[in-house]
Amino acid sequence: MGNKLLFGRVFKYGDSIDTDVIIPARYCTSFHAEELAPHALEDLDATFASRVQQGDIVVAGHNFGCGSSRENAPIAIKGAGASCVIARSFARIFYRNSINIGLPILIAPEAVDGIEDGDEVEVDPATGVIENKTRGGKWTADAFPPEIRNIMDNGGLVGYVKRRLAGMNT
Amino acid sequence: MPHTICEKILAQKAGLGEVFPGQLVTAKPDMVMSHDNAGLVIRQFRQIGAKNVFDPSKIIIPLDHRVPAESEQTATAHKSIREFVKEQNIQNFYDVREGICHQVMVEKGHVLPGELVLGTDSHTTSYGCVGAISSGIGATEMAALWATGEIWLRVPDTLKVVVNGEFPGGVGPKDLILYIIGQVSAKGADYMAIEYYGPTIESMSVSGRFTVCNMSMEMGAKFATVPADEKTVKYVSSLADRPYQPVYADNDAVYSRELIVDASKLVPQIAIPHRVDNVVPISEVSGLDINQVVIGSCTNGRIDDLEIAANIMDGKQVSSDIRLLVIPGSRSIYLEAMELGLLKTFVEAGALVLNPGCGPCLGAHQGILAPGERCLATTNRNFKGRMGSTSAEVYLSNPKVAAMVAISGKIPTLDEYNSELD
Repeated sequence: MGNKLLFGRVFKYGDSIDTDVIIPARYCTSFHAEELAPHALEDLDATFASRVQQGDIVVAGHNFGCGSSRENAPIAIKGAGASCVIARSFARIFYRNSINIGLPILIAPEAVDGIEDGDEVEVDPATGVIENKTRGGKWTADAFPPEIRNIMDNGGLVGYVKRRLAGMNT
Repeated sequence: MPHTICEKILAQKAGLGEVFPGQLVTAKPDMVMSHDNAGLVIRQFRQIGAKNVFDPSKIIIPLDHRVPAESEQTATAHKSIREFVKEQNIQNFYDVREGICHQVMVEKGHVLPGELVLGTDSHTTSYGCVGAISSGIGATEMAALWATGEIWLRVPDTLKVVVNGEFPGGVGPKDLILYIIGQVSAKGADYMAIEYYGPTIESMSVSGRFTVCNMSMEMGAKFATVPADEKTVKYVSSLADRPYQPVYADNDAVYSRELIVDASKLVPQIAIPHRVDNVVPISEVSGLDINQVVIGSCTNGRIDDLEIAANIMDGKQVSSDIRLLVIPGSRSIYLEAMELGLLKTFVEAGALVLNPGCGPCLGAHQGILAPGERCLATTNRNFKGRMGSTSAEVYLSNPKVAAMVAISGKIPTLDEYNSELD
């Protein structure tokens, strides 16, 4: 996940944002971030892809990413420029896919309560500390187990397995 | 310590004496499955830099999502998969002709009681219908599995669902699972395993159990399973090409929650837009005009589903306001439906009988909805934009409701439903 601080404007959405609205099947013939990015969250918020700036942050309620196993979903969000997703909870396949493709995700219900759409937020992915720079408030996201942390530190599963196969990280 | 089915299977596959909920384990699955998204798996497998797959005999690839290819991009992905399976000597490759991946996995015996299977599709939970545990993962994760044969898994808490009572006439597994999803909610079983028990489950066919395990994913479940019994063993005995050992929970296994359902009180259930847990009894949507009906999918595309629909439609005509799509779940179901005369009934009534595959269920192709249109489907998801336009609506039901809607153009009242003999 890297130790660089993440900073951006928040796009806030509700509960159970499903993979079909994150990236509709009509675009899923492509796996390429640059082709998926213009359609990220299109069926939920048609203005997202045109408004999102590099580093911006998606904040949502429970069960973010429920539905399909399509990895195109976190690829689209990351490709659009979002630096991370903060949610009350994530659906399990989306959670795994995000870790595996290197999209930082943070589980922080209190932070979701204290952040509004359009706020500017800073996130330290190394410590999980989330700070609302617009209206104040500081929270710490749930820590990841070391095994998962290890995948994130390698930039995702491809890097992790590459290192493992090379015998550097077993 | 006493353990649930899932804890015992995961312990076995991780080579550990016992495992506990919350623990992360490295497991070796018995089989791994990918469909059209094997195209992305292959790309990631190359990125990893691996040369050969861990074991070609444990990899199953059925093409089903966009078959035959609906676009040049899909055709190119399919081509890369065909080349890869030759290169890696993957024998269990099923080209566009064979059927929906989950149906193919079960009916070809690629999953057996007590096994652990992972697949790059969310409805991989289906294989609990034969007493296995199975779950969906992403493509990169599958690439890592192809390279190493291993995966990290968190041992889930287990939800025990006990179903008692006899189904009223015309009510069945689809109504049961929609009702349970409505009760538990879309996130109510997130990260959990579900074990199904009770006389109602025991009386269900493997096909009915398939429907229940398939849609358990819509509550967030990681695994869903029905303990193997004589029905399971009878089903798999002619298919199994390797030894298997059913796994059962200990009597005093610890469940994080227990849910008891009385099936005798159920009426037909409908999931209304745009969430699968938005479930109502049929009376709440009776009279609603529908434009398209889909009978099929990994949820309800088996021979018993088609028989229920054909019995309703026999000698009748599809409403002029309806497009009816019937999609048998696999080639073998298609053939059996043909031999039983079901396909003739459908075609005579005015249905389009499509080739086995996923097509309209995920809005990939075949029967895309226009703005403002309504579809009633026996499939498993009704998310916004799922079958086409974001202003279209998808309603989910059992096959009998679907067949009746195809004839009348409207969702029936409970009285109309009950007056129609099964």
